[in-house]
Amino acid sequence: MKKNILILLSLLASSWVMAAGGGSYIGEKAHTNIRSVDSLRSGAKTFMNYCMGCHSMNFQRYNRVAEDLGLTEDEMMESLVLTDAKFTDKMEIAMTSAQGDKWFGKAPPDLTVIAKARGVDWLYNFLINYYVDPTTPSGWNNLTFENASMPHILWELQGLRKADFEVTTDEEGNKHKEFIGFETIQPGSMSEQEYKDTVRDLVNFLDYSSEPAQLIRMSYAPWVLLFVSVFTLLAYLLKVNYFRDVH
Amino acid sequence: MGKIASSSDKSANGFMGWLNARLPVTQFYKDHLSEYYAPKNFNFWYFFGSLALLVLVNQLLTGIWLTMHYKPDAAQAFGMVEYIMRDVPWGWLIRYLHTTGASAFFVVIYFHMFRGLLYGSYKKPRELVWVIGMVIYLALMAEAFMGYVLPWGNMSYWGAKVITQLFGAVPFFGDSLVEWVRGDYLISDATLNRFFALHVVALPLVIVALVVIHIAALHTVGSNNPEGIDIKKHKDEDGKPLDGIPFHPYYTVKDIFGVGVFLLIFLFIVFVKPDMGGLFLEHDNYVPANPAVTPEHIKPVWYFTPFYAMLRAVPDMQMGALIMLLAIVVLFFLPWLDRSPVKSIRYRRWPYKLMLGLFAVAFVILGWLGMQGATELYKLMAQVLTAFYFFYFIWLFIYSRNEKYHEVPERIEDH
Repeated sequence: MKKNILILLSLLASSWVMAAGGGSYIGEKAHTNIRSVDSLRSGAKTFMNYCMGCHSMNFQRYNRVAEDLGLTEDEMMESLVLTDAKFTDKMEIAMTSAQGDKWFGKAPPDLTVIAKARGVDWLYNFLINYYVDPTTPSGWNNLTFENASMPHILWELQGLRKADFEVTTDEEGNKHKEFIGFETIQPGSMSEQEYKDTVRDLVNFLDYSSEPAQLIRMSYAPWVLLFVSVFTLLAYLLKVNYFRDVH
Repeated sequence: MGKIASSSDKSANGFMGWLNARLPVTQFYKDHLSEYYAPKNFNFWYFFGSLALLVLVNQLLTGIWLTMHYKPDAAQAFGMVEYIMRDVPWGWLIRYLHTTGASAFFVVIYFHMFRGLLYGSYKKPRELVWVIGMVIYLALMAEAFMGYVLPWGNMSYWGAKVITQLFGAVPFFGDSLVEWVRGDYLISDATLNRFFALHVVALPLVIVALVVIHIAALHTVGSNNPEGIDIKKHKDEDGKPLDGIPFHPYYTVKDIFGVGVFLLIFLFIVFVKPDMGGLFLEHDNYVPANPAVTPEHIKPVWYFTPFYAMLRAVPDMQMGALIMLLAIVVLFFLPWLDRSPVKSIRYRRWPYKLMLGLFAVAFVILGWLGMQGATELYKLMAQVLTAFYFFYFIWLFIYSRNEKYHEVPERIEDH
């Protein structure tokens, strides 16, 4: 809490303005595909391996994920469930939010519906736009979420980068910081494209878990609308028939 | 027609005879359906009354089913909604029918009210129909607001905080009143519990009762029509209006077609785009309620935003709340503010058409402004439009006194 207030105060006091949109830079679209089971499986794996160390998915159950991603119980338990959780358990983590507050200043949020709150494009850009910044407490900063308290968990995959900014001063004396580009300090284990695909799959999985029913919902949509269309057509013919008597 | 004749034959004998001697079911059916004569020229705008009833039933039924799986507990409410969305069979459908239904209710009601403005349906002898309708609108606003708090998202929390804070504008008792409404010093579990009780029991009862009275009052004076002509002036030898047709089967059949078209749009939203890009289900409400984190823009759902824009347009909170209240109260007096003897816009001249058009546009723009962040330009626009909103009623009161209009025909002509 105190840290948040300090960050807020420092943001307010500074006359620095990010030209990239006040730290909410959205450079490219996520282009996720909720129907791609391979992408969802890859995303689930990344989530369990990298995110679930700190982030829970309290409203989602392992067995539901297995069912929607076409995995058997054994496949799911062997390859994706890294804790001693049971198949029907919710995807909870050991860290309580009180512990999270104590250890990180602010507990890492539950990610079940984060894609609904932030949108897939924001999440995708957030995860690809980290750069090294020695001035922050975590040593990381982010173009999409300035001064994010979360460090770059996927840095081994993406590598280390620094961001170049150009600083200009306008007539009113306000300083503007414009993003020029990234410079690689140390390459990661993945190429840029591989990394982006990994993040896209992860975001796709987050989108899926924000509403597992969307897979069913979308598949019913054409049939429901077709039924109502036929109903409406018949209702229209009935109406025309009755109104022949009028006038 | 044979069906109606046979039902009246049966009504004196047999089971129906027995029943009718004790409870006039057949007479009721005749009075309100088979022998309720409605003008024969209803158009597009006349679908929204029956659609409002359909949406009300949808809200009641889906609401009951949601209640079966929800707990109004601040620690659990957010998770209960996700439980409904995931673990309850078809829970997602029931919830989306309810959330989309809430927005659909206001879409339908705004069309229904605008119909009244177009054809002067609020005028004598239908003043009471209009006033009761306005009370329903108020109750609906309260119902929607309290329902919005139940998922206990961050926008539920902060929305509840801002709206309950408005009671603080009341002189002398303001602060005590806010505390009394909230049941606590701040928005808390106690608030959630009472809002649940009001949303699920008290207000639905009030709304259903008011809807019955609204229809009873309408059926006492008879329906208006796009021509604004009184069909009861010209009746045949049996006392049936010459320009009227029985509500059933004619308008029941026509309304079923209306229901079909409505459902096409409604179910498209439910199945394809239930959050309507953040308009029906706001992004910030997918973050659990958190008293420590204020959402970037606190804004109500779209149907309240015209009034919210008015609230924000006034720099002083107390005055803003008063303006917002007056904006709704003034609508109650519409039947007496419009003094023109002509009902339908079809027989009124261009100044009225122009002003009503501008009034509608102003209301829509205010709604848009209420969703935006408050910049100086937007604030100025909201101030101008709020002033125009009230100016419209003053203008109407003065202009309608000696308004020139086109001659209204005696009968509804065939088109």
